Amino acid sequence: MITPGRLFRDIQLGVKNLLLHKLRSFLTMLGLVFGVGSVIAMLAVGEGASEVALEQIRKLGSRNIIVTAQKPAEEQGASNVRSFISIYGLLYQDEQRLQGTIPTVKRIVPVKIIQKEGRLKNRSLEMRVVGTNEHWFGLVQRPLIAGRVLTKLDIDEKSSVAVLTEHGARRLLASEGVIGETLRLGSNYYEVVGIVQSESATEGAMQTPDQMTDAYIPLTAAREHIGDYFTQNKSGSRVRELVELHQLILEVDSEENVEATAGAIERMLATFHKKKDYSINVPLTLLRQAEATKRTFNIVLGAIAGISLLVGGIGIMNIMLASVTERTREIGIRRAIGAKQRQIIAQFLIETVVLSFTGGLFGIGLGLLIPWVIEKIVGMPTIVRMSSLVLSLGISVTVGIVFGIYPAMRAAALDPIEALRHE
Amino acid sequence: MTDRREQSGGADYAVRFENLQKIYKMGNNEVRALDGVSATFEKGSFWAIMGPSGSGKSTMLNLLGCLDRPTAGKYYLDGRDVSKLDDDDLSDIRLKYLGFIFQSFNLIPQLTVEENIALPLYYLGWSASERTSRAQELAALVGLEKRLRHRPTELSGGQQQRVAIARALSNDPVFLLADEPTGNLDSVNSLEIIELLVKLNHEGKTIIMVTHEPHIAAHASKRLYMMDGKIQKVEG
Repeated sequence: MITPGRLFRDIQLGVKNLLLHKLRSFLTMLGLVFGVGSVIAMLAVGEGASEVALEQIRKLGSRNIIVTAQKPAEEQGASNVRSFISIYGLLYQDEQRLQGTIPTVKRIVPVKIIQKEGRLKNRSLEMRVVGTNEHWFGLVQRPLIAGRVLTKLDIDEKSSVAVLTEHGARRLLASEGVIGETLRLGSNYYEVVGIVQSESATEGAMQTPDQMTDAYIPLTAAREHIGDYFTQNKSGSRVRELVELHQLILEVDSEENVEATAGAIERMLATFHKKKDYSINVPLTLLRQAEATKRTFNIVLGAIAGISLLVGGIGIMNIMLASVTERTREIGIRRAIGAKQRQIIAQFLIETVVLSFTGGLFGIGLGLLIPWVIEKIVGMPTIVRMSSLVLSLGISVTVGIVFGIYPAMRAAALDPIEALRHE
Repeated sequence: MTDRREQSGGADYAVRFENLQKIYKMGNNEVRALDGVSATFEKGSFWAIMGPSGSGKSTMLNLLGCLDRPTAGKYYLDGRDVSKLDDDDLSDIRLKYLGFIFQSFNLIPQLTVEENIALPLYYLGWSASERTSRAQELAALVGLEKRLRHRPTELSGGQQQRVAIARALSNDPVFLLADEPTGNLDSVNSLEIIELLVKLNHEGKTIIMVTHEPHIAAHASKRLYMMDGKIQKVEG
């Protein structure tokens, strides 16, 4: 009974009827246009924001555990005393203990961070010197641009070599021919052996010591050349600190073991540290929390979307009911001529579906435009997923069917004799 | 769509009523709008149904037009018993075998003359090109071949009624059912329309016309007078 050709003609008829009342059809659609548009836009902004957060966490490594040295709270007040030496942080011993006792820990990267002035030829730059070992580059996954990264041999030999970040290298020497040059850090000289890509500086709660102008040198060399004492000039008073390691990054053999391993590390460090001078961050936990937040966010969005589409649907139903009343006589004529009830239903239902589908398409247009504008003007990252387009168009059409069926059935149920008499 | 012109049920009458009754219940009262009507409308005849308001004329029209079902009795349309059909089947009967002409023309204002004429063919499932050629043929028959692209509102009343007649003829019905076809027209246009109907009747169309105007009814070959739900008399 329903052939494609017939359906096509019915759709043509529907479009024609809608075009007879362009303004009314447009206004009817408007509810769905804004409903669909705002759903897509909200999802895009939400996706964009959470993607940034997730990406930051993912970069930290889902199998990694990051232990960071933290100045204990009670010492912050005491450090105002002149020339007080504040001793805190992770110890070289911690690294060895963790290495030996927790079997799920695959690799450990110790990190020592010192601010030094770097000087190359006649340029100088305040740099963050990161003393670490050869595993750093494996765990942090920074692509090598030129030369080589630190090797085990460098660590063992306490070689005076440094790896720069691309950004730092550019600022020290406006070319990449920096390899082989000699970099002065403080009072020591290092041969530049490699350049790794710098990570664009993003604001995040947690940062690995991987800023734009880092110089990576063997931890062994850092210990020997720079030592563990730091002097900071702080509001007129000098603060001396003794910190052996600023960070330990531990790689666990598998994701399932991450949380148990973090617990083990916590217990172990608690045994040997009298003060709580470290914090343990587990990117995986953060990732899970972020994902859970995202799910909640999506549920809330879904509810808002549902309400706005419901409103759009009620608008459609309202107009279609008015349209049925207005076209009572037409319905009577069609019925008298021999149109069946289901053909009248089809006629009106097709109109609402055409309306809601077109509204959905305009809504998609709006939903693509808004995130684009937000990205251009506010600079917030947005991600429009194909699935959100398909989903919202599908819901829009469903709304059209659901809210169109009642007016259509009202139209079909009209008594042809009464309908023909209608003025 | 094997042979869409095959309309004849094989009977020698277009319509036969056997003791047709239509009773409306109004609370506890029964209104016998049709109270046992028996009649036969032969093929090729031109009937006028007359009577004052309340005589059962409109009820008869609705039953004849398969827009309503009788409470009791039989209605044979060209040999088919249509008295007990459901809404869908009645729609089908109207679509295939009946042609309506209304007092107020009842054209769809949004559609062109051509689309109005071809509207039944749309529901019969004809293709667009078939519909167009049939509409042109019928427009020529009623003298409106130059108005196919116009909207009904751009035409005079007489022209609109011609469009309605062309539409009623589009499915080559068993009979044309005209409800006061000249009721909304001036005398000149009335005459034109009634002459067109007479001409169609001479070409073999069966026509049943409901009217209360004696001078219009005079053009019919037979006249049936209704009174109080019964046939009062038949002339001609």
